[in-house]
Amino acid sequence: MARAVTTQRKTINTTVAWGIGLLIFFPILWTILTSFKTEAQAINDPPLFLFFDWTLENYTVVQERSDYMRFLWNSVIIAGGSTLLGIIIAVPAAWSMAFVPSRRTKDILLWMLSTKMLPAVGVLYPIYLMFIQLGLLDTRIGLTLVLMLINLPIIVWMLYTYFKEIPGEILEAARMDGATLREEILYVLTPMAVPGIASTVLLNIILAWNEAFWTLNLTAAKAAPLTAFIASYSSPEGLFYAKLSAASTMAIAPILIMGWFSQKQLVRGLTFGAVK
Amino acid sequence: MATRHSRSAARLMMAPAVILLLGWMLVPLTMTLFFSFKKYLPLRGGDLGWVGFDNYTRFVTSSSFWPSVLTTLIIVGGVLLITVVLGVLLAILLDQPMWGQGIVRILVIAPFFVMPTVSALVWKNMFMDPVNGLLAHLWKFFGAQPVEWLSDASIFSIVLIVAWQWLPFATLILLTSIQSLDSEQLEAAEMDGAPPLARFGFITLPHLSRAITIVVLIQTIFLLAIFAEIFVTTGGSFGTRTLTYLIFQRVLESQNVGLGSAGGVYAIILANIVALFLMRIVGKNLDA
Repeated sequence: MARAVTTQRKTINTTVAWGIGLLIFFPILWTILTSFKTEAQAINDPPLFLFFDWTLENYTVVQERSDYMRFLWNSVIIAGGSTLLGIIIAVPAAWSMAFVPSRRTKDILLWMLSTKMLPAVGVLYPIYLMFIQLGLLDTRIGLTLVLMLINLPIIVWMLYTYFKEIPGEILEAARMDGATLREEILYVLTPMAVPGIASTVLLNIILAWNEAFWTLNLTAAKAAPLTAFIASYSSPEGLFYAKLSAASTMAIAPILIMGWFSQKQLVRGLTFGAVK
Repeated sequence: MATRHSRSAARLMMAPAVILLLGWMLVPLTMTLFFSFKKYLPLRGGDLGWVGFDNYTRFVTSSSFWPSVLTTLIIVGGVLLITVVLGVLLAILLDQPMWGQGIVRILVIAPFFVMPTVSALVWKNMFMDPVNGLLAHLWKFFGAQPVEWLSDASIFSIVLIVAWQWLPFATLILLTSIQSLDSEQLEAAEMDGAPPLARFGFITLPHLSRAITIVVLIQTIFLLAIFAEIFVTTGGSFGTRTLTYLIFQRVLESQNVGLGSAGGVYAIILANIVALFLMRIVGKNLDA
């Protein structure tokens, strides 16, 4: 499609797109900037954009006063653990559905998807009650299990669409050469499936990290991840913009970076393969 | 090609996922149904016996039910309208030749990765605060009286916050779809003298219709369930109590489990109606 585009047209496109892009990104930029101000500068009238005394004070204060690292660690354990557990359970399931399909495969896949559509609030009390009785309320293991279950359908679906793209002929060739099922999975399938699994892991860590219904309702102090930690800033005392910004920046930075790497997978994962 | 041996192995490999999801679906669902037919107040007497469909009628006849339905519809509808319209425009813009396309795309997508509690609190305090918020400064700069966003324009504010979070999702999916459009078709139409608006209306939009449908359906399911954005901003006051939030309050705040469970059943039915349409599209795609 070698179509001549005038430089003028390209300049206009660039200007408009950058303007809109920066406008959409601005709340995040503003949060990051504010995190480096003192509390007094954060509410200065008129607002200060770049010319203020940059300080790292807020980051140390947030850590000292609220033990930020504990919440971060909870987030890491819960998001990482639920993803790992989900992958372990989903890989065999997706493998068998992609390579040994039966008449019911499609129904099973769609049914799995339907469990994802269950509104969380509809089962809030039963889960809450079970958590109390099993002693899982405000524990990392409890949240890890719940987040694994709510994301399992997406993991299975994503893996299924990736596995589907691996040509079946390669497996047949391996079988002809006498590979056993174990060897087939270990030496033929796994190397080809690694990129798909990696993307799935990435997307699911993002989803679990940002989950904010169960993490708010099933934790109190011990197992609270960053979502709940940030929510505790909703009833502030005194000056707190800069500290809120520092806490927020630390909470979103790792996911923002991971997210940028997973743009493509995001589309596939969140549309269940309907848009690629 | 599959032998009987590999078939039974396949079934075995599928079993853990199927059993877990089956349990995850059936056990809480059965309990919700069970509670919905009981008068059950854990803090005030506990299980007070069966009441038939009493909770179901009381939930829909309570004075907060219809306002919450209306709030839900406005929020879901408002966010859908904003994200789809702006999403289509942004996707078309991002598809044009320009310098630094990759960076612009990253800037536009970023809000999607911000956790809901962070985006809600940042908007609430640093933008919508009537004294120190940036919007208040902006209003004052133009000589206008700053707005008390979250109390005087509460629903609009929530819609704005949620739309900011979901615009990237719509844009990204629509952009992916636009990029799969055959550019020769557009060029041919251009050579035949079709004006830009006609090219958009007769070629781009029909091509996007499936992606738009998917965006609408998926977003509807997530938007019906928004919680944190309301929890940390208004706590359901100032007319921002959605159906989801109303059920949450009945169940956990006032501990009226029977009534809340009946509400939960309504929410499940509602979500399933939307899901049915989505599944049909996804299922069709599976055959292709």
